[in-house]
Amino acid sequence: MTSPAIATAAPPRAQPVAAARLVHGGGPLRLRRQLILQLICALIALTVIFPILWIFSMALDPRNLSRPDGLNLIPPGASLDAFAKVIAQPTLNPVSFIQLAENSLFIAVLISAASVTIGMMAAYAFSRLQFRGREALMIAVLAVLMLPAVATIAPLFVSMNKIQIGTFNLRNSLIGVALAVTSGVLPFAIWNMKGYLDTIPRDLEEAAAVDGANKLQIFLRIIVPLATPVLAVTAFFGFVAGWTEFYFSWMFLTSNPKNYTLAMALNGMVGQYSSSTPWSEFAAFSILVALPVSLVYLLLQRYIISGLAIGGVKG
Amino acid sequence: MSAIAATPTTAMTPRRSRWRRSQNARTAYLFLLPALLVMAVITFYPLVFQVWMSFTDFGLANLSAKAPLPNIVGFDNYIRILQNNIVIPNFDFLRILTFNLFWAFSNVVIHVVLGVLIAIVLNTNGLWFKRIYRAIFILPVVIPPIIVATVWRDMFDPNNGAINFLLQDTIGVLFKLPPGSFNLDWLNQPNPILSVGPLILPLAYFALLTANVWLGWPLNSVVATGALQSIPRDLYEAAEMDGAGAWAKFRVVTLPYLRPAMLPYAIYGFVITFNLFYLSYFMSGGGPFGQTELLVTTAYRLVNEQQLYGVAAAFAVFEFFILLAITLVTNRLARATAQFDA
Repeated sequence: MTSPAIATAAPPRAQPVAAARLVHGGGPLRLRRQLILQLICALIALTVIFPILWIFSMALDPRNLSRPDGLNLIPPGASLDAFAKVIAQPTLNPVSFIQLAENSLFIAVLISAASVTIGMMAAYAFSRLQFRGREALMIAVLAVLMLPAVATIAPLFVSMNKIQIGTFNLRNSLIGVALAVTSGVLPFAIWNMKGYLDTIPRDLEEAAAVDGANKLQIFLRIIVPLATPVLAVTAFFGFVAGWTEFYFSWMFLTSNPKNYTLAMALNGMVGQYSSSTPWSEFAAFSILVALPVSLVYLLLQRYIISGLAIGGVKG
Repeated sequence: MSAIAATPTTAMTPRRSRWRRSQNARTAYLFLLPALLVMAVITFYPLVFQVWMSFTDFGLANLSAKAPLPNIVGFDNYIRILQNNIVIPNFDFLRILTFNLFWAFSNVVIHVVLGVLIAIVLNTNGLWFKRIYRAIFILPVVIPPIIVATVWRDMFDPNNGAINFLLQDTIGVLFKLPPGSFNLDWLNQPNPILSVGPLILPLAYFALLTANVWLGWPLNSVVATGALQSIPRDLYEAAEMDGAGAWAKFRVVTLPYLRPAMLPYAIYGFVITFNLFYLSYFMSGGGPFGQTELLVTTAYRLVNEQQLYGVAAAFAVFEFFILLAITLVTNRLARATAQFDA
């Protein structure tokens, strides 16, 4: 491994200095190092893109293969047949994609709206107001934050099942599922928004207080507008939790296929139930489910990541 | 933090101040009221109810609105779980717990190391196409986990999966193996790769690990990038003047800046991975023989498939204490390592 660079170059510390550039970046990169790094980055990019490419290829493949017969990352053509089929009827149940999406959308909007409005008010109180029991309540919220959503599934199932009004059973309804999911999302929403509010300087509020504004006016006219990025991010996380919700809906919604959600249909397309589902349709369905939220995630990415960095540094 | 400390203290008469304070508290409780009401009904009440359930034989018969109350059975459910006396096939509490801990630990170590290394590469000055790479590397994060899990489930299919095709088209072609040499049954291959005491790692573990590494390193990389960019450049120059080599600079300058950002995130990642439902449930279904089952998926099966609500409640109580122990241990670790650089 005697490279010509070492044979001709003089200083004995040439190697560490070059390596140091890799760590913090000094002047321009030497071409050889640049090419090596490009190769590494390109390989990593390939591994990242591989599953995505594969799923798009299956969905678009005009042969509509029930099972792929080889590694086709670029399909031999493109057709939207598989998409048309899953939009009409994704599973053996007589429900269309639109009906499933409506149900998921209903849950998602409910969770998102509830967690943002209720959570934002609580976050404001925790971040800005002094009151007895503040510490204890914050610890209670944090403790719940640590629990996985599955941790309360048994008592929620049992208690909601007892709420029966005529033919309406809370457990067996989309509202019941939304409530159960909100139970897991709300502590995160409170914590996330409180963390953001803590970073907003208080000058504006103090100025408004001097001008005679009360707490509600300060909250609505100053805090809420300033907190727009974190509101958007929290609303989005709540939405995704509802849009892709699986375990509560799979367990709670037992009787009526008209109530089924997107994730429930997805579960029917893989694993033990999948023998009747062509993979081209599974691929098309997953793209239809993922694409809307993935695109919004990319749009909000900057806010999400800055929030994450704040959380990380504060610990 | 300094911004918060700078709150001005206004001079007021004591009576006025007490009046204001109680008014402030009332406002605070009003703002908190909706959240507390909702959480009381859908979070705290279920948690308390769950503890009561865990001491009963709550089952299908007690489910409907007018059903009789279940019988109190004391610690029976807890003992049954510890004795593996539950109808779930292949249920072994110690094995599941061991696997669950190893699963979270191995994932987080790989995520953090890969995340930091790739962040360092991407942070190199003068690297071409940086923005394109950053845009690509964030993609796993933006895809809903349930989709990631189901797609990887099909990728690891023995007959039609992309992974076996990929191995055939690369290694198979390289070594001139006959077509169809790679029919690895990734998710169901029954003979474990490694088996040490209660720790059993089947091939399915490595499939799950692959999928979760794909999913997990990019966010670690984002956090590490943020930390790397906060390092003042003069520190490196100073270290260079002192004659520090690349490794010494990494150890003395880079690492102390990375640790405070990465450690909380690693702890957070540990808890998230420990409770990661989707990959185990959708990819391997907990198989083979329940060897890739996690606590959360077991809890779900107890409620959803076995309808053993009492046992499930006891299981959730166990889970709560295990998570509490993990939180306490990781917090202590975090504090111990924080003292190290002081």
